[in-house]
Amino acid sequence: MHPGAATWSFDEEDLNAITRTVSRFLAETGAHSALIADRAGQLVTTVGQPLKFDPTAFATLTAADFSANDQLARLIGETDFTTLFHQGEKESMYVADVARRLILVTLFDNRTPIGLVRLKMKSVVEELTIHLDRVFSRAREAGTTQPNILAGAGDEIDELFNW
Amino acid sequence: MSMINYAAREINCKIVYYGPGLGGKTTNLEHIYGKVKPDTRGKLISLATETERTLFFDFLPVDLGTIRGFNTRFHLYTVPGQVYYNASRKLILKNVDGIVFVADSQVERMEANLESMQNLYDNMAEYGYDLTRMPFVVQYNKRDLPNAAPVGGLQAALNPGWEPADPSKARVTPDPYHAGENLVDQLSSGEWVERVAHFQAVAIHGDGVFDTLKAVSKLVLKALA
Repeated sequence: MHPGAATWSFDEEDLNAITRTVSRFLAETGAHSALIADRAGQLVTTVGQPLKFDPTAFATLTAADFSANDQLARLIGETDFTTLFHQGEKESMYVADVARRLILVTLFDNRTPIGLVRLKMKSVVEELTIHLDRVFSRAREAGTTQPNILAGAGDEIDELFNW
Repeated sequence: MSMINYAAREINCKIVYYGPGLGGKTTNLEHIYGKVKPDTRGKLISLATETERTLFFDFLPVDLGTIRGFNTRFHLYTVPGQVYYNASRKLILKNVDGIVFVADSQVERMEANLESMQNLYDNMAEYGYDLTRMPFVVQYNKRDLPNAAPVGGLQAALNPGWEPADPSKARVTPDPYHAGENLVDQLSSGEWVERVAHFQAVAIHGDGVFDTLKAVSKLVLKALA
């Protein structure tokens, strides 16, 4: 049995690649912002116009929303819902799964047609999947992983909680 | 699943407070929220019913300091304790890095504690996680109540121990939090047992809340080291 969840990490280059892909998608669709979280609800990054809300809370609620909808999908005989669309009067959001690892949330107002977001979403998800595959395959290849930043940090960890 | 963000120099970890309904999981988070400096924590999000029972989860992100230039960010979640919310409870456990089991010390709640502990084992196993090898601590809450069961009895029922997963751990290991007690010990029958750290708490007054949080966070970071 696996003892617990695995760790994953990404560096500046990974983040730049993700940001470039998502920025282009925002420009193509006219959506104003995007947020990327992992499936556990941890915020990875935001792209586009600065968000006017707490992105950490937003990431967590999005992941929970996605997980709950996954379960609803199973109850009706689907394996999952790969996208969710929440429509508001002025602001709407389109949420897409990326390789079952990340969630891409696109925020747009009523000047952006949903059809355009939906149309361009497929290719952005494919591109992000390629970036992610690189992150995870690198983590799997022994010797080329990021050095473990906490290796041998036992005493420093003890010190951190000395309050 | 802890996430290390080298670009933002952050280590993100997920801790889940589990346990029977009305045991004090949300109260733990509320106390932490009220006590840590506002610049080191985010919003406390509660998805609760109108009667303030947790419906889906409560969530609180806290920063517990910097290590080797990386900010340690812990995402604290509670689950709904009521038995019939198992589907949402299980969702919250996904990708968890550390668990706090908040037991209700009242004698009348012993059965609910046992049922919840069994449910925790079952839900973890369904994800393929082995609770006995993960960062895990037990908190005995509501110690101030007159009907609180003795800690020895609660330990025997909820934290009886298991055979050390790793044979090299089969050596007497003192409990750093309770003088004279051991986390790994040999029974008179010769068998070795390993227990998790336990804490007594009165979460409503904040007693024991930070001791519990520190212990589980430390275990989570040590698991990464």
